[in-house]
Parts: sequence; C-alpha cells; structure tokens
Amino acid sequence: MRLDPIAAPTPARTLGLPALAILATIALAAALAAIAGANPLETFGLIVKGAVGSKFATLETLNRATPLIFTGLAVATAFRARLWNIGAEAQLYAGALMTVVIGTQLGLPGPLALPLMALGAIVAGALVLLGPVLLKTRLGVDEVVTTLLLNFIMALFISYLLEGPLKDPMGMGWPKSPALPRDARLPRLVEGLRLHWGFALALICALGVWVMQTRTTLGYEIRAVGQNPQAARFAGIPVGRVLIKTALISGGLAALAGFSEVAGLKGNLTSDLSPDFGYTGIIVAMLALLHPLGVVVSALFVAGIFVGSDSMSRAAEVPTYIADILLAAALLFMVLAILLTRYRVVRG
Amino acid sequence: MTEIVDILISASFWAAVLRIASPLIFATMGELICERAGVLNLGIEGIMVIGAFAGWMTVYAGGGLWTGVAVAMLAGMAFGALHGLLTVPFGLSQHVVGLGITLLATASAYYAYRLALPEVTNPPRIAPFEPLHIPGLSDLPWLGEALFSQTALTWAGFACVAAVSLVLYRTPLGLALRAAGENPHAVEAQGLSVGAIRMGAVIVGSGLMAVGGAFLTMSAFSSFFFEMVNGRGWICIALVVFGAWKPGKALLGALLFAGFDALQVRLQQTGMGQVVPYQVFLMIPYLLSILALILMSRRAQVPAALMTPFNRGDR
Repeated sequence: MRLDPIAAPTPARTLGLPALAILATIALAAALAAIAGANPLETFGLIVKGAVGSKFATLETLNRATPLIFTGLAVATAFRARLWNIGAEAQLYAGALMTVVIGTQLGLPGPLALPLMALGAIVAGALVLLGPVLLKTRLGVDEVVTTLLLNFIMALFISYLLEGPLKDPMGMGWPKSPALPRDARLPRLVEGLRLHWGFALALICALGVWVMQTRTTLGYEIRAVGQNPQAARFAGIPVGRVLIKTALISGGLAALAGFSEVAGLKGNLTSDLSPDFGYTGIIVAMLALLHPLGVVVSALFVAGIFVGSDSMSRAAEVPTYIADILLAAALLFMVLAILLTRYRVVRG
Repeated sequence: MTEIVDILISASFWAAVLRIASPLIFATMGELICERAGVLNLGIEGIMVIGAFAGWMTVYAGGGLWTGVAVAMLAGMAFGALHGLLTVPFGLSQHVVGLGITLLATASAYYAYRLALPEVTNPPRIAPFEPLHIPGLSDLPWLGEALFSQTALTWAGFACVAAVSLVLYRTPLGLALRAAGENPHAVEAQGLSVGAIRMGAVIVGSGLMAVGGAFLTMSAFSSFFFEMVNGRGWICIALVVFGAWKPGKALLGALLFAGFDALQVRLQQTGMGQVVPYQVFLMIPYLLSILALILMSRRAQVPAALMTPFNRGDR
C-alpha cells in the first residue's frame, strides 16, 4: 500500500474521520468495561457524573485541568518547532521547587512573594530544558532521551531535598517541604469555591501563546523551523537560537504548572505533587493538534476523563487505569484519523 | 578506595553485573533491530512493562516459565505490530506513536493487573528461573559464582546478541534490513519491500524488548509491581547510541552500565553511603546514560534513514 495526497478533502472526510476516532475510543472503553464485568453504559454514566455531575465534581475537573493546560501548552509550543520536549515532568518539579524555596525561605510579603515565585519557577523550568536543547544544537544529542532521563534525575533530586535540606521540621517525619505562608498562596477565584487563580493564569497563558504563535515573528520562525529546518536556515532564520527561545518558553510554561499546583492548591512540595502531569501534557497537546486554545479544551476533556474515572472506579469494579488506556488510544486513533483526512490509502 | 577494590574482587559483584545487564541486553538488541531498519521505537518502555506483566501473569496463572517468556514475547510483538502499522505504512511521527504505545502498553498492563488482582497490597510472588548449573564451570572457585551462576534467560540474552550480530552482518536478510535503514530506495530497486522489512524488524524487536521486561519479573524480582521498569527502556535507547548501532558494542555498553549500577548499590552500603545521600547513587545510571550520549555524539553513525518514513508514492 501507499499514501496519495488528497488535493481537496471533502468536509465529510475532515470531520467524519476524527469523529470516527472518537467513536472507536468509546467502543474500546465499552469493551474494557465489559471485560471488567461492568455495564458499559453505566460505567460511562458514572464517569460523566464523576467529572461534571456536581459543583464539587466540576470544580475538581477544573482544578485537575489547570496543570494540564500549562504542560499541554509547554508540549504544544515545543512540538510546533519539532523540539521533542518529553521532560515537562522535570520542568514542573523545578518550578514547584523554586516556588517553595522563594515562598518559604525569603520571608517576603505576599504581594512581592507571589510574582517572584512565579518568575523563579519560570527561570528554573527554562534552565532545566535549556541543557538538553544546548546539547541538541551544539552536539547533536537527541533531546528525546535526555529530557526523558532528566525526569528521573529530577525526581531523585526532589526526593533528596525533601528528606534533607528542604524537609519540614514539623512534618512528623514525612518527606515534605514546609508550607507556604498564607499570604504567599494564590487566592481563590471566587470566595468559597475551591478554584484558584492558577486556572485564570493558565487561560491567560493559552491566549498569550496563541498571540505569540500567530502574531509575532518568533511564532512564524518556530513554525518554519518545525516544518523544515533546512529551508528555515536557508531563509536566514537562526534555527539554533529559535530552538533555544522555544525551549525557554516551553520549560517556563511547564514550570508554571508546578507553581500553580504548589501556590494554588497544595501549599507545599511533596514527591507525589504531579501524577504524571508532564507526560499527560503530551496527550493534551496532541489531541489539541498543538493549537494553544485547543489545549484548553483538550485539557478539560482529559481532566474530566481522569476525575470521572477515579470516581467511577470507587463505585464500579473497573480499575481507574481505564482512563490512561482510553487517552493513549484516543491519541493514536486521532493521529491516524488526521493523517487520513489528508491522504488516501492506495494499493500498490 | 579499598572499598571499591573489595567490591570489584567479590564474586557476587560480577554475578550482579550479568544479572542487571540481562534485561538491558534483550531490550537493547530489540531497539537496535528497529533502528537499523529505520524505525525509532519509543514504545520500548511500555513494551517492557507489558512483557514483565504478561510473563509473570502466565506463570502466576499456572503456566510454565518458558511459556511465560513466550507469552511475554507475543504480547510485545502485538504492540510492536501496532507501532509498525502506524509508523511504517502510515508513516506517522515515530515520536508521537512511540510515546502513545508506551502509555497504551503500560496502562494496559496496570489495568489487567488490577483486574486480575483487585485487592492485593503485597505483590504475590512466583517461583522464578533458577540459576543454571553448568557441570564443571559452576563448581570453579570464584569464577563459578561470578560468571556461571546465572539463569538460562541470561545465557539466552548473550545468545541473542550473537544471533542478532550473525543475522545483521552475515545474511541477505540482515543486509536488506540494514539497507532499509540506510537507503530504502535501493532496497525497493532490488525488488524487496521496505515496508515488510521494517514491519518485521519492529515486531521482532518489540518481542525482544518484552522478553527484557519479562526478565525483571521472572528472573530478577519474581513479582510484578508498578513502575518496576523505571526508565530502563529509555536507558536502552541511550545504549543503542552508545553502541554506535552495533550489537557487540551495545552489549559492552550494557555490561559497563550494569557494572556501574551494581557498584553504586554496593557503595551505598559502605562508608560512602553514610556521607552521600542514596539518591545520588540512584541518579548514576541516568547521568551515565546522558554522558554516554554526549560522548558518542561526535562519532555517532546514525542509520541515514532513521525516522524517515518511506512511501512508495514519493520520489
């Protein structure tokens, strides 16, 4: 078989195939629930109810979506330049670490502390990604493996700090950092509702990345580098410098996820701050086709699946890992569907 | 320093090196086959997880040890076939598909584990592979314990390197496979199918990765637990680069790497372990992998068509 490009795809094709991908994912979910001995429709109902069925559930979904918007934007920005940043997890923890260090060690008043914490987080996350990117541009070392390995190194570094220099002396021996003072925390968006300003910051960042991508020279250069680095270089675009700028933005965005989780939700740093928010950001970004505003929608969807599945698995005998299978399958179905909107499979 | 010497002359250290290297050897060979054919397989981490689970589950459910290895291999090949289908004929991004396969395989293993054992806190154990007694050799003083007290699976790993090396360099199939990764158009000009060669390489390579994962549950730890693969797949990708895409050098890399890993575990028990936090020791494998990538970057002989999809329609 081979693939032939389609000059003008019909709307039926461009809309139908992604819809088919969603249907295939739902069919797989039904099969998985049936294997577990549960009624598929009931399982779906429980997932939806768990995700948006009450005010509490919806707020929980919005809270879970917040770090995913940041990591999704980080991945979308980097992948757009074909910079394979798989290290959002490490950058997130770097951001969380700086947030806690600045927030608890400097003793600054809140209005000064919060912006400094965010800024420190951005710098830390950017630096964590800068290393692999310099290795890529200077020495040609593949960034996929280096960013992946840095996730493990960062996890161990955080574990060391939480058991050593950064350990909360009042923590009853638990490996956790001291808590941020009250005034160094992100306030609630609406008094009485468990949703903090991190969510608003995430939306602002999505808008910012969208403006950057569509209205600035850098956005144009990032796209050019991603589409064809040789051609971009030939056209006079400094490819190495564009990749470094992309990395600084991407690492900074991922780090804001750590900032927002610590300052908005948890108040301190633990080694289980992120249940793979960094890796899930890849799914969020891909489902959004790397579009920054799409990232918001896809982060809400992915968060809903996770929150809903957690709640469903407490009620039904279906393991919560069904969420991870569904999202991975959705990713693979979707990239295939998108390809087939543009190409026709021909025999020969 | 004397502590390091003491470790290096102990037979148990060398036995540990071979044991730690075994899963890496299988998975590195698997990745090497894929990459020589032109496909980067980032599904490796998840395929090792599914292999670890499938092999263990088979034995736990009453199957034989070698049946377990075979089931693990088949499970790996199934995910390999999916990876191959999406990246070879459809030519989708090998990065995206590979990461998707890793997530899918890992989540599938965890889902199946939770279904099979809903309420266990202590992972149940199986009777793993026993060290193979080699008459004469295993009874040698020091050497017997250091080198000849391994399970059959470890020896299979070494045999696998020899087989991969033989096929790659001494058979027409190996030549075609290497050409598919270097110059696919030349392969088509010979009347061979690049697609079929690459599909075959990804499927067989993924089977080997799964056996590497199965070694963890069936020979090393005798139970399955979450996050047990712990980045070994990513380390194997670094080992392929370190070995310059050659089986023999990759084997040396795996042994060297296992040597450092065995050393760091033992150094934690010494006076050094009192001073240096244990996390620093645990970081060593990952730091070494990055170092290996940096060292080899100048001399890397990357297969020319690695990550380049081949579509017969394009000229």
